[in-house]
Amino acid sequence: MSMQLEQSPTTGDDVITNYTINFGPQHPAAHGVLRMVMELDGEIIERIDPHVGLLHRGTEKLIEHKTYLQALPYFDRLDYCSPLAMEHSYVLAVEKLLNLEVPLRAQYLRVLFSELTRICNHMLNMGSHVMDVGAMTPNLWLFEIREDCLNFFERASGARMHSAWYRPGGVHQDVPLKLLTDIADWLDTRLPRLFEDAMSLVVDNRIFKQRNVDIAIVSKEDALAWGFSGPMIRAAGVPWDLRKSQPYDVYDRMDFEVPVGTASDCYDRFMVRVEEVRQSARIMKQCLREIPEGPIASSDRKVVPPKRAEMKSSMESLIHHFKLYTEGFHVPAGEVYVATESPKGEFGVYLVSDGSNKPYRCKIRPTAFSHLQAMDFMSKGHMLPDATAILGAIDVVFGECDR
Amino acid sequence: MTVLHSAPRFASNEGVREALTGALGAKVVASKEDHGEIVLTVERAEIENALRSLRDDFGYQQLMEIAGVDYPSRAERFEVVYMLLSVTKNHRLLVKVCAAENTPVPTVTTLWPVAGWLEREVFDMYGVIFAGNNDLRRILTDYGFEGHPFRKDFPLTGYTELRYSEEDKRVVYEPVKLAQDLRSFDFMSPWEGADYVLPGDEKAAEKPATPPVEEKKVTETKADTGAGEKANEKAADKVAPAAPTGTVAGQGGGDPAPVTTDKAEPGAPEPTGDRPDRGATGGSAAKEGSGSAPEGS
Repeated sequence: MSMQLEQSPTTGDDVITNYTINFGPQHPAAHGVLRMVMELDGEIIERIDPHVGLLHRGTEKLIEHKTYLQALPYFDRLDYCSPLAMEHSYVLAVEKLLNLEVPLRAQYLRVLFSELTRICNHMLNMGSHVMDVGAMTPNLWLFEIREDCLNFFERASGARMHSAWYRPGGVHQDVPLKLLTDIADWLDTRLPRLFEDAMSLVVDNRIFKQRNVDIAIVSKEDALAWGFSGPMIRAAGVPWDLRKSQPYDVYDRMDFEVPVGTASDCYDRFMVRVEEVRQSARIMKQCLREIPEGPIASSDRKVVPPKRAEMKSSMESLIHHFKLYTEGFHVPAGEVYVATESPKGEFGVYLVSDGSNKPYRCKIRPTAFSHLQAMDFMSKGHMLPDATAILGAIDVVFGECDR
Repeated sequence: MTVLHSAPRFASNEGVREALTGALGAKVVASKEDHGEIVLTVERAEIENALRSLRDDFGYQQLMEIAGVDYPSRAERFEVVYMLLSVTKNHRLLVKVCAAENTPVPTVTTLWPVAGWLEREVFDMYGVIFAGNNDLRRILTDYGFEGHPFRKDFPLTGYTELRYSEEDKRVVYEPVKLAQDLRSFDFMSPWEGADYVLPGDEKAAEKPATPPVEEKKVTETKADTGAGEKANEKAADKVAPAAPTGTVAGQGGGDPAPVTTDKAEPGAPEPTGDRPDRGATGGSAAKEGSGSAPEGS
């Protein structure tokens, strides 16, 4: 089951008793508020007990007290590095309960921006992963790209991070054509230049490889048993990508490849993400080529509010608008579990509706929770500094892990 | 039902429910297929065996999530929902057990190590006990937290709040004091059978319901209106419309048929402006400064 342990190297004549240290809760390499109680034998990790929940805000309980639309912005604040990917699972879950058709343009826009979110997320993760193991420059360069992504989000939704742009039934607002052309330009010029430039510093770097290759090897069986998903399971050699296997929105029309790892170590996890950025760019280009004209949200006025201009002349639109923003829409009773491929892995929403205008229960399946639980078995027998590399390769964000 | 939504599409559910309920036999208490999700409710004591069979014989290799749900009105108030995923068959399955506060659920950490934290979370949030999980500590709540916050009877604001105390030089815990009551907006329409009393409507609710009307009220004849003799007399008078042209606003009606009566049509009211005891109104008078200032100028 667990990996084969070597006898930890002894220190000759001296006998060193194990000692326990606190890693975090405030530690720059902990990617947030994570407290890990580490039992060390010299510099060898014997046991790790991660204490999570320091950022627990009771999101799921708060959602139970909000209407379906009011609950949406909470999802931005889960994984604040990839907010739109979080919204994606939620809106799809609501749409599944409502069995609501989404116009094609909205589906394309959601795929386009989910992939932009993926790039945005990977820039942060790869940058901080590289920085955790000692390199400063790539992080700064990758943040250039992230800044571009955030500017695009701002132009689409008005907010750099917490967009609240996806809505049950589509997206909130259409994007201007100039934004799409600018994204296309960016994908052709700036992104590959900056990204490949930064990667040229990292991927073949001797120090980076020494810190990551053969660290935290996880077998396929273990990856399945520990509930891995996303780049973590793909690095283990399982070609499992929900965008491919369980396509949602227009992912079934997209032409892209799923990178898998061979060695299932931290280096593979990193390299899977590197390739995912390129594939994301490919998906985005295809979206921009194919995106049709048309409405950006369902025309079902019992779910999606009417346009503002309509409200000025139509009494019915005014009533719909008022009802949707006070009472909200009612969702048929039932329960669904909808999971999408967020940049970090499978992000699921288990939504139970009792037929009213508020979710009865909204369980959020964070990706980092399962991955972090495996921290103990992945780190066992490794050196203390490897813990930061392992943590970086997990891609953990505590907004999402602790909810 | 035609699938209109664009949520993730996994392998077909067709025949899966029958196959699984058949194979699991008496372990399955209930099963349903709704909104494209197959939900099996399993005997609590048999959950581990059922999940083992699903993992080993039916290829549901991954346990993605365990969710707790609280239904306070039920005898066994909690539901524990296991989300299974088959990466070989590309299929998802929900498996449920019911539990009360004092009825432990067998752990599934024996099948999936990932269940450890997931069970800890359900325990922390709902207080469901998992028998056999030997690390059933709290996980998301604070050190020393009491209660199970996701239960429906746990208030949204909680019971304690904490702040940094400058005197004590440490963080202190205090009972929650809200400057304003927690506002719970209920936008459910009161016409659609809301089961609460509207604020200010408490007395009306106490009154017995209005007895049903025996005689249906009609206004066929003038006497039916119930307005009394004088009003009925008045109602007999016919008055022609003041302006025979024009439409009825919003209804698109045309001119009403002209009615001739022996009564004069009501004319314009007597002018009220030129009362001799008051100064003349209008712009010219105001300019001259004589008389009282006209209203509205």
